[in-house]
Amino acid sequence: MSAFWALIRRDLLIAMRIGGGAGVGLVFFLMLVTIMPFAVGPDLVLLARIGPAILWVAALLATLIGLDRLFQADEEDGSLDLLRMANLPLPLVVLAKVIAHWLMTGLPLALAAPFLGLLLAMEPQALLAVTLTLLIGTPALTFIGATGAALTAGLRRGGLILAVLVMPLMIPVLIFGISATSAALGGPVPFHTPFAILSGLGLFALVTGTISASLALRASES
Amino acid sequence: MKLSVSGLAVARSGRSIFSHLGFTVNAGEALALMGPNGSGKSTLLRVLAGLLPSSAGTIEWSGGQEDVPLSEEAHYLGHRDALKPALTPIELLTFWRSLLGRTALDPSTALERVGLAHAAHLPSAYLSAGQRRRLSLARLLVAHRPLWLLDEPTAALDQASETMFGALVADHLTRGGLALIATHAPLPIPTRTLSLKGAS
Repeated sequence: MSAFWALIRRDLLIAMRIGGGAGVGLVFFLMLVTIMPFAVGPDLVLLARIGPAILWVAALLATLIGLDRLFQADEEDGSLDLLRMANLPLPLVVLAKVIAHWLMTGLPLALAAPFLGLLLAMEPQALLAVTLTLLIGTPALTFIGATGAALTAGLRRGGLILAVLVMPLMIPVLIFGISATSAALGGPVPFHTPFAILSGLGLFALVTGTISASLALRASES
Repeated sequence: MKLSVSGLAVARSGRSIFSHLGFTVNAGEALALMGPNGSGKSTLLRVLAGLLPSSAGTIEWSGGQEDVPLSEEAHYLGHRDALKPALTPIELLTFWRSLLGRTALDPSTALERVGLAHAAHLPSAYLSAGQRRRLSLARLLVAHRPLWLLDEPTAALDQASETMFGALVADHLTRGGLALIATHAPLPIPTRTLSLKGAS
């Protein structure tokens, strides 16, 4: 188990030293959200209504930033060869790397969401709901993306292909993330129904994403 | 411990790299893999490391730990040195030590052995090609794995480091370890030689 923590620690340390990933994702998120009022006009009622959707789409796009480097960096310098020979099963290697990646990219997005929601004139209840759904939803997005990252690890320009590959798979998470948020603002469906489905999708992505990413990494060598 | 390979064949995207390859390496023995470029030296090492599939033949590993695959009994030193420019040598070695399991020397002692003690806390980005190579060699010392698969380990090493490398391998062999070393240059230790001719 110490190998698992050592891998998370290493990835966090590298991410903090070289910068890039986390900071850039957050700034990108901020920019997407701030240009929206310019695009739709200064209509506070409209902004408050589509605010959760804007935050969710922006978070989804920001998740894709840096995802292509998840396995590629280790592939390029030969670390991946050694990780495959490590005293840690490959799915756990994938799990550790995805957790580290989420801590550096997804978690800051979810924590920043309530502040950015203020720019969109969102209700306090909506801010809380968006933050909660993003906390559950962004790990799901990262786990789904991990499979794409593993498939494109060997490609030098895999970023765009990765986005095209994984975005359709992210749609269910988006649907239930947003419907949970709008349920929190009132409506026929209680909040916990779509939220439970979102959590289920998250757990499903955790298991399938980890396994399929490790299968993809194994297949890429042969 | 013993590694026996028989009838091994490897094909990459339909092209045969080598076939009907057989050899045995016993504990305390080193085998030098010689042959022209493209004859399959690196491929053979990668197959033994479990990183590439073989198309025929058997690889038998006996006398190691029970229920541990060969890939977890072997150290692999390839062309790419798996260094992270942002991390210091000591951080890298500490990381690989916990990941490779069965810990041996502690990282600072291993760095002393390869003559890199002075660079222990420098970011790896500042290391020269030869120093990066020596850092990769230090990785072999922080975790105990009986089979060493080394792909041109002496490339970029100076005369003194080559002697140091010879001492490291000799030390590993006297403790009952095995080594397969792909090389073009003569090695500083006595070895048997396996010549790969390459598929015609």
